[in-house]
Amino acid sequence: MTTTQDAPADAGTPREIGRERRRKEDQRLITGRTRWTDNITLPGMLHLAMVRSPFAHARITAIDVEAAKASPNVVTVITGRDVAEEQGSLPNAWPITPDQVAPAHPPVAVDRVAFAGEIVAVVVARTPAEARDAAELVDVDYEELPAALDLRESAQDKVLAHPDLGTNKSALWKFDSGEAGTGGNVDEAIARAREGGIVIERDFRQQRLIPAFMEPRSVVVDPTGEQVTMWASTQIPHVLRFLLAAVLGIPESKIRVIAPDVGGGFGGKLQTTPEEFITMVLARRLGKPLKYTETRSESLMAAHHGRDQWQHITLSAEKDGTVTGLKVELLADLGSHVSLIGGGVPVLGAFMFNSIYKFPAYHFAVQTVLTNKTWTDAYRGAGRPEATFAIERIMDELATELGVDPLEVREKNWIKNTEFPFTTVAGLEYDSGNYEKATQMAKESFGYDELRAEQKRRRESGDTVQLGIGVSTFTEMCGLAPSRVLGSLDYGAGGWEHASVRMLPTGKVELLTGASAHGQGHETAFSQIVADRLGIPYEDIEVLHGDTAIAHKGMDTYGSRSLVVGGEAIVKAVDKVIEKARPIAAHMLEANVDDLEYKAGRFGVRGTDQGVQMTEVALATFAAHDLPDGVEASLDSDATYDPVNFNYPHGTHLCAVEVDTETGRVKMRKYTCVDDIGNIVNPLIVAGQVHGGLVQGIAQALWEEAVYDDSGTLVSASFVDYLVPTAADTISFDVDHNTTPSLTNTLGTKGVGEAGTIASTPAVVNSVLDAIRQFGVEDIMMPCTPERVWKAIHAKDAGGADPTTGGAAPHFDESTGHEGQTDRTDGAGQ
Amino acid sequence: MIPATFDYLAPTSVEEALAALAAHGDEAKVLAGGQSLLPVLRMRLNAPELIVDIGGIDSLKSIVDEGDSVLIGAMVPYYQLLADTTVRSGLRLLHQAITEVADPQIRHRGTLGGALVHADPAGDCGAPILALDAQLVISGQGGERTVAAADFFEDLFQTAVGEDELLTAIRVPKLGDGWGSHYEKFVRVAHQWPIVSVAAAVKTDGGTISEARIGLVNMGSTPLRASATEQALVGVQATEDGVRAACDLAAEGTNPPSDLNGDSDYRRHLATVLTRRAVLTAAGG
Repeated sequence: MTTTQDAPADAGTPREIGRERRRKEDQRLITGRTRWTDNITLPGMLHLAMVRSPFAHARITAIDVEAAKASPNVVTVITGRDVAEEQGSLPNAWPITPDQVAPAHPPVAVDRVAFAGEIVAVVVARTPAEARDAAELVDVDYEELPAALDLRESAQDKVLAHPDLGTNKSALWKFDSGEAGTGGNVDEAIARAREGGIVIERDFRQQRLIPAFMEPRSVVVDPTGEQVTMWASTQIPHVLRFLLAAVLGIPESKIRVIAPDVGGGFGGKLQTTPEEFITMVLARRLGKPLKYTETRSESLMAAHHGRDQWQHITLSAEKDGTVTGLKVELLADLGSHVSLIGGGVPVLGAFMFNSIYKFPAYHFAVQTVLTNKTWTDAYRGAGRPEATFAIERIMDELATELGVDPLEVREKNWIKNTEFPFTTVAGLEYDSGNYEKATQMAKESFGYDELRAEQKRRRESGDTVQLGIGVSTFTEMCGLAPSRVLGSLDYGAGGWEHASVRMLPTGKVELLTGASAHGQGHETAFSQIVADRLGIPYEDIEVLHGDTAIAHKGMDTYGSRSLVVGGEAIVKAVDKVIEKARPIAAHMLEANVDDLEYKAGRFGVRGTDQGVQMTEVALATFAAHDLPDGVEASLDSDATYDPVNFNYPHGTHLCAVEVDTETGRVKMRKYTCVDDIGNIVNPLIVAGQVHGGLVQGIAQALWEEAVYDDSGTLVSASFVDYLVPTAADTISFDVDHNTTPSLTNTLGTKGVGEAGTIASTPAVVNSVLDAIRQFGVEDIMMPCTPERVWKAIHAKDAGGADPTTGGAAPHFDESTGHEGQTDRTDGAGQ
Repeated sequence: MIPATFDYLAPTSVEEALAALAAHGDEAKVLAGGQSLLPVLRMRLNAPELIVDIGGIDSLKSIVDEGDSVLIGAMVPYYQLLADTTVRSGLRLLHQAITEVADPQIRHRGTLGGALVHADPAGDCGAPILALDAQLVISGQGGERTVAAADFFEDLFQTAVGEDELLTAIRVPKLGDGWGSHYEKFVRVAHQWPIVSVAAAVKTDGGTISEARIGLVNMGSTPLRASATEQALVGVQATEDGVRAACDLAAEGTNPPSDLNGDSDYRRHLATVLTRRAVLTAAGG
């Protein structure tokens, strides 16, 4: 015990929260001194290769594995039939309606395949190369079946994706503000507007996207210990462990799941995969460690896809532009199966189409539809980018109809900053925000008026390069999620998060978090939170995660939840440590507990200079020689936090593009965003999240699309044809923030992981349209390729049909045995 | 992904390589920089029995300034061409096209010779080679022959190089006085194959075009010359209005593909716009 005349040791040092810390995890990541799942090598480990269906829909009539089994160093080859009894069916954690129609989802198809890429046989061999060689020798006879491919046609059951189900319609989920008592009747509002107001109806297409994370998925299973250990490149080690147990009937206590460093996910690794399940089943059967790592081609084809909706949007308004109703009718493509939360993704958007606007009446309905394409599930933003796109696009249509600036019609209808907390027509309570301020800041930084003037000049002079300005004043709901709300939506789990603080005898700290990161920088940001809250140095904190044997409890990382839910659990766990230390410190200081105050890592006796450092309390607790009666010899503390509300970041995004009217090329000129993400823990990490998020959203607007041909083959099956942008394709963004702290968590934070992606897509598309509306263009399909833009400008001369759904053909063309583009001028080359 | 099993030979001389090719015929595949062949092998689109890696043949790695032309060894990688002062000053059109090939990693490994023999009509370098009237030096066991660029590209992925032959060098003439050039590439993302590109070399005399040579990328199964435009440009003023009519003929005689980036009609349109821009820039605009 010491007393000191000095001020607390760390007085005057900058607070950690708000500091631009470089990420502590980056040194090991960028120098290659880390371990990805594919780097795990175990004694006696065998390797898997998958045989996948080339057909979108086919009956498996025979599989001959003899040649493959005879191939060098092949241990075994199994088909779906061989494991039919034990492989189980992949879980759907969110049946959105009680009568949801869902096909069984065996990891390895048994007698029928439902998408091109589905696994039909698995080769186990001593090396990956031998497994791949043998996989080529598996001879599968297929009887091709008609494939359900087009979303709208599939919704009419023209061709059945699963004939035994009798329909492609999986579930119809609705929310109606009139029925819920949160608003009026939307049909009445629309009927009134048809009489004397404005009604705008539009169909928007959310194209299919591929998450395209950097590290392909990989899984290793070691069945040789008391616990079966699975390493997986996953976002959800805890959920995976629970579901492996629940589906395969293995006691949960016998399973350990480790997500080591994981190279990105974007929702694409928020999944329990066929590959993980079959690797587990076969490892236990063979008693040998097994590894499977997918190729990029397999990843693009068979890892889940995202988005893929048709959106029918009806907006009603008074003649002065005051909105009166919003009706949303969606068709959502599930692909071949109802995956982990695939059916629920559109429901995550159900409460967000009304966005920041004061619609008095709202109706949302989604019909989920099965097709014979790769199954879909979460992709960065999951449901909310779709909602933001639709509302921000149609608000621009309203502005056009009224002949006013798009920001003016938004301001007329948005929630004023004096009106928070505000309960929306979808029944959510927005706690804080300031749309006026964010917009004003964005306009100034952007040079809105100057760009409008330049736009006018170019228009008047008939310049071949036209300027367009696009707006997106987005909000979103993140921080998934209050468990009671999830329960009311029939989701299969809660939305809490867990944290544990281990106070080590030397005063160092191990923080265990259930929010397992896959590139976000949790180790840095969480260390900053603990450092401030506990008053100990940043460097003294080690963040442990991603191993169910260490951070045993968690709901993992997705839905911009780690900081706002996981961070709050950390705050509560740290506070418990302080409260556990307090009586021990009081005992050490021979003071009354009530007279202690904890500040900057030190318990001080109020009104005196007496005090004791937390490190000293930690050591005294470890020694336990002189603890007060009835006090346990541990400061370690846990907290499980269940959020009371969702979290509502918002922002104003402004985009300027130059459209070359001679070629249709869209060139980004300027992009400014002012986001309100509450208090910021690490501005550097936030900037990274915003930049990356923006690019991902811009990519939906301009570049990315998963395209299938008429037989259900993925055409954009390599990065030659699926255009993921690089830094060379983007511009420098002007990123700024206006902060209104969240009122529902201690740190006042809001999520930022998905915000950029959710916001940017409509800003870009609105800007493209703003440039070319003068040519009579009302809409343009995403991605806004030069060809689409050029054809839209010249639609009056020609048909104006969607140009890329026809003659689709890959650069890598298997049918010709060549790499390269075949001559497809006469429509050949399927 | 993992390629199928193959045998591997790394000859150190052209003779040794030719002997191997003669012995194995179409079962052998020549590996230059590998930037096209390796993806093909890894995706198992092709499974040759023998890979003949010519990366160890030093005689294919030199750049020789011949005065009126530059002789480029078939195994010279792009990055070396970009750094070479003779290429930079003497072969500006080719140099500019190479700066836009794929990305820095690919330019580090990829070779001009490999790309030309691979003969992807979407490759950047075929059009400038064609526009510059380069000569391609091909070796076989019977000796060496020279083929003009106009006769080199035969069809999709097919060139005048026989199964038992090797492209050993590319002789590229320098443009003389009065010539200017420009490579106009049209892509959606930077690392992409061209949707359409135009390589233009234009000779002007007092603001009037006296000669033009224009190569087109991805407008058919081989790189093509825009012959109608070349003829129509002679004698016109090197201005936007002066060249417009001639450049509107750029897609004449082409047979462009349709794919995710655009259908053949759109490519035909692009060819006219890009040709006009390339010609004007080449003419000193």
